Amino acid sequence: MLDILIVDDSAGIRKILQRVIRQAEVPIGNMFEAGDGSQALDMLKTQSVGLILSDINMPNMSGLELLSRIKADEALKHIPVVMVSTEGSQAKVLEAVQLGAAGYVRKPFNAEQIKEKLAAFF
Amino acid sequence: MTQPNPAELISRADLVEAIVAATNEVFSTMLNLRLTAEEVQTEPNVAAAPSSGVVSLIGMAGAWVGTGSLACTVSLACRLSSQFLATTCDSMSEEVLDTIGEITNMIVGNVKTAIEEKAGPMGLSTPTVIYGRNFQTRSARIHEWTVVPFTCEEERFYIQLSIGPNQDAAQGAVRPGFQVPQLLNI
Repeated sequence: MLDILIVDDSAGIRKILQRVIRQAEVPIGNMFEAGDGSQALDMLKTQSVGLILSDINMPNMSGLELLSRIKADEALKHIPVVMVSTEGSQAKVLEAVQLGAAGYVRKPFNAEQIKEKLAAFF
Repeated sequence: MTQPNPAELISRADLVEAIVAATNEVFSTMLNLRLTAEEVQTEPNVAAAPSSGVVSLIGMAGAWVGTGSLACTVSLACRLSSQFLATTCDSMSEEVLDTIGEITNMIVGNVKTAIEEKAGPMGLSTPTVIYGRNFQTRSARIHEWTVVPFTCEEERFYIQLSIGPNQDAAQGAVRPGFQVPQLLNI
């Protein structure tokens, strides 16, 4: 069972991602939510997760800063982080991959794209 | 060799094409709704949004600077939120405002990606969503608004973009932050 953390400043997107993940035929454990990178880091101090889906443009701490901090932390760097963002330029995708992103889904997304990406982690 | 005029790098037709493509993609993928693009308008200063309802604004800044916005009636905002969240939204709420902000984010974000090929990289602000009556949206600078009206569910909404080369960047002094639109009561 994989616990998943969803990081997005839109409550609607967090809700949609939760719904899509629950529909996927993969063994999901708990799902947690954070509204920005800073909240996500706080949550990761007490909560162990196996996968993170994160937006990029968020207040307080961006998804790329979150990714960078996770990959610099010995205790967290094993957690795969998939970026889910409206940022679609090759430069931004490359930046995320260079920082250690395990995947990239561009918004708008459909359920199949998310399910396909999830399947890679089971 | 003469440098091209930065303002000529992206034509109005490029902007309109990017807006229509991004809006169609967001509505078909995330909302499962069909829409029709209407005749494009240009406004010299004041955006053509309805003076009441919901307006969502997102700033862009980099080699080019500007603002993108979505404006619609409260009833359409509720309908879009219902589709987005697969639930029933009958009246204005935090949920509806969040939905309109995120739809704007996806549309303007994809327009930004499309024009970055010519304009260069830009940052995107988080959306600001305003709900009220009797307001106008003005750009703090002099860029024209490109206004694309759409019809969806028999209601009209507007995607509007005011963008141009960053004069400060051209002079080698990029000013950080985003262009802040002024909202004025009328």
